[in-house]
Amino acid sequence: MFESLTDKLSSALRNLRGVGKLSEDNMADALKEVRTALLSADVHFKVAREFVERVQAQCVGQEVIKSVTPGQQIIKIIHDELVRLLGEGTTDLSPARPLKVLMAGLHGSGKTTSTAKLGRLLKKRGYRPFVIACDVYRPAAIDQLEILAKQEELGFYGDRVSKDVPAIGAAGLAAAQAAGADAILFDTAGRLQIDADLIEEVKKLRARIQPDEVLLVADGALGQEAVNVAKAFHDALQLTGLILTKLDGDARGGAALSIKSITGVPIKFVGTGEKVADFDTFYPDRLASRILGMGDVVSLVERAQENIDQKEAEKMAEKLRKADFNLEDFLAQLQQVKKLGSMQSIMGMMPGMSGVALPDDAEKQMARTEAIIKSMTLQERRKPDVLNGNRRLRIANGAGVKVLEVNQLMKQFQQMQKMMKMLKGGGAKKMMRQMEGMKGKGGFPGF
Amino acid sequence: MFGLFKKFKDGLAKTVAAITEKTHGLFGGRTIDASSLETLEEALFTADFGVATTGEILTEIKAASRKDKELRGQEAAAIGAAVLRRVLTGSERALTAAPTAPTVIVMIGVNGSGKTTTSAKLGWLLKQDGKSVMLAACDTFRAAAVEQLKSWATRLDLPIVASHTGADAAAVAFDAWQAAKARGCDYLIVDTAGRLHTKGHLMDELAKIRRVLQKNDPTAPHHAWLVVDGSLGTNSIEQARVFHKSFGLTGLVVTKLDGTSRGGAIVGIWRELGLPIYFLGLGEQPEDLQPFSAENYAKAVFGLET
Ligand SMILES: Nc1nc2c(ncn2[C@@H]2O[C@H](COP(=O)(O)OP(=O)(O)OP(=O)(O)O)[C@@H](O)[C@H]2O)c(=O)[nH]1
Ligand SMILES: Nc1nc2c(ncn2[C@@H]2O[C@H](COP(=O)(O)OP(=O)(O)O)[C@@H](O)[C@H]2O)c(=O)[nH]1
Ligand SMILES: [Mg+2]
Ligand SMILES: [Mg+2]
Repeated sequence: MFESLTDKLSSALRNLRGVGKLSEDNMADALKEVRTALLSADVHFKVAREFVERVQAQCVGQEVIKSVTPGQQIIKIIHDELVRLLGEGTTDLSPARPLKVLMAGLHGSGKTTSTAKLGRLLKKRGYRPFVIACDVYRPAAIDQLEILAKQEELGFYGDRVSKDVPAIGAAGLAAAQAAGADAILFDTAGRLQIDADLIEEVKKLRARIQPDEVLLVADGALGQEAVNVAKAFHDALQLTGLILTKLDGDARGGAALSIKSITGVPIKFVGTGEKVADFDTFYPDRLASRILGMGDVVSLVERAQENIDQKEAEKMAEKLRKADFNLEDFLAQLQQVKKLGSMQSIMGMMPGMSGVALPDDAEKQMARTEAIIKSMTLQERRKPDVLNGNRRLRIANGAGVKVLEVNQLMKQFQQMQKMMKMLKGGGAKKMMRQMEGMKGKGGFPGF
Repeated sequence: MFGLFKKFKDGLAKTVAAITEKTHGLFGGRTIDASSLETLEEALFTADFGVATTGEILTEIKAASRKDKELRGQEAAAIGAAVLRRVLTGSERALTAAPTAPTVIVMIGVNGSGKTTTSAKLGWLLKQDGKSVMLAACDTFRAAAVEQLKSWATRLDLPIVASHTGADAAAVAFDAWQAAKARGCDYLIVDTAGRLHTKGHLMDELAKIRRVLQKNDPTAPHHAWLVVDGSLGTNSIEQARVFHKSFGLTGLVVTKLDGTSRGGAIVGIWRELGLPIYFLGLGEQPEDLQPFSAENYAKAVFGLET
């Protein structure tokens, strides 16, 4: 998409070569392309229009730079402006202790999951989090939060009898304080912004518990509706931030720009998967790239940094560079990758890979690969060449797999070594082609 | 086939009210001119119809306003509704029973789209119509998903087959079919875990559910519906494409239309994939599931009386 937007812009600006300056007239077609691109990324039409006007104002009068194409020049301006808009405000949470956070949003947007995710994150940051179930409508909503709280070892309060949400919130707050919690998170029921009764209910809850943060939880794939939703929730609750969920999908996330423009509140976190660990701080440049269709490599690297032992990673990179990589290293690598979250959410962050389906049960395959390597002796792992038929049979038995699978693994490992050597020799293009060939054949997950 | 559906004849009333409010100024009594055309174009975008349909509607309204300089907003709205109705011709579909019971319906969709609630509502609707229904709790992934459907089953007094979180979803589907058969149920409604269409391994799990159902009845599932959240934007089309390609959908249910969103993405899905629309979800209560009517939908979107 990035390419295609650049291409479209380039062709719309073809006749600009000789022209010295960008003007309203000579940019008109290009800006129309930009607007269409934003609309197809679900940016609200009014927001898109204003955005394009602002970009136009910035562009007009600029010299057409010789070294880049006018298309690239405009893309850069658009990207920078998007980053600036999306990034206004801080992703930091209020420093208050105890920190009280109210979660609100439409049905199914991810409030309960995000409550658990935020609890986990705050726990990692040294808080003693406590979650309170204020959704008394959705069947088993209280159970859902309780299960997640147990799993993450967070404090929990729920009331399966009462329907008085503000009272439940107050009782939960008291329970949390009694338990010595210093991060208190309130999960609420999904509600439509036009449901006057339920909006009134959450307003009362807000008044009762006096939260330090009121976070709107919005689905990253939300459409034009985002504007109505954001406006109404902001009017009712004076939001302090936004959590954008389900970014592990391939929605472009333009709704975030709409919500940001309407409310002005900062985007604080993004949800990147169903697992409680799939939660990241918000980075505007990544979302800007995504809205423009450029992939999200930075998020991936970031997640790797958070979860992977830095020294270990450097050692590995060095080995990869030298193409000196044995099965023991590979095992270590596999174990690291597992910490990153689900394979698909990793793939989704690689440009051009988000749509790529992983081979059949990639995760299970990873576990089998691990079992095979673990059944090898240290010597075998370091010098896989010694693996003759007998040894392979022994390993297969040990790992509970067929010899065929051991053979497959060895073949793939050899292929990988070959690729690394190529990479070392600068044959990156050639390697990409090889990888294409491996896709779907159960190539190495994690590489 | 549903006698009781008559009760819902004024089905879209709530939607109509919400949408009329929004489009009122736009399609009021004033005549259409260049500037109102532009506003109209933008308003059409708010319905998430997509570029093709929006373009067609605009073209026809423009052509009409060229012919008739006095063209009024209401007339323009009628033209828009007519285009929409034309585009949606054939998209209505009523639920049909398979020749041999149980008729198996699988609910599929991304996270939080409304699958579980729709399963419950549909069960209730069929029950009102005198049919016997079995529910299958095949979301064995999300925390408390099993409890959620169980709690609906208790509330609506519907039989259910469920296991525990972490169980094999396909095995639950298998058992549920057996149970439905043994009890002589007319319908088996299979609720599945929410999954993003970008996740290959989760798509494979769906394929496994199908394979296992087919061990019991090679013609099952008879219906595989994508449950689409009406408030989502253009990504719904991509979802439909991928689910359809990998699983083979037979139709759509669009939920959460009791809000102000108009679920226009279904128009794009219908145009591109020809997937008919069975029901609309208009709330969280059991009775808030209504058969889709292109006529009513088109009128509702343009704020015309139904
Ligand atoms: N307003 C409204 N809410 C709905 C509708 N259908 C479902 N919901 C709500 O949307 C939320 C998600 O619905 P579920 O039925 O749990 O969705 P699901 O697809 O099963 O969700 P997962 O299994 O978590 O992927 C719940 O709060 C439902 O009450 C509808 O038509 N209108
Ligand atoms: N893929 C994905 N699914 C998510 C994410 N956040 C929440 N979900 C799923 O979305 C669905 C609705 O989430 P839930 O927290 O119950 O939403 P609530 O109704 O707003 O409380 C569940 O199936 C969650 O597992 C996310 O970031 N990515
Ligand atoms: Mg919830
Ligand atoms: Mg469900």
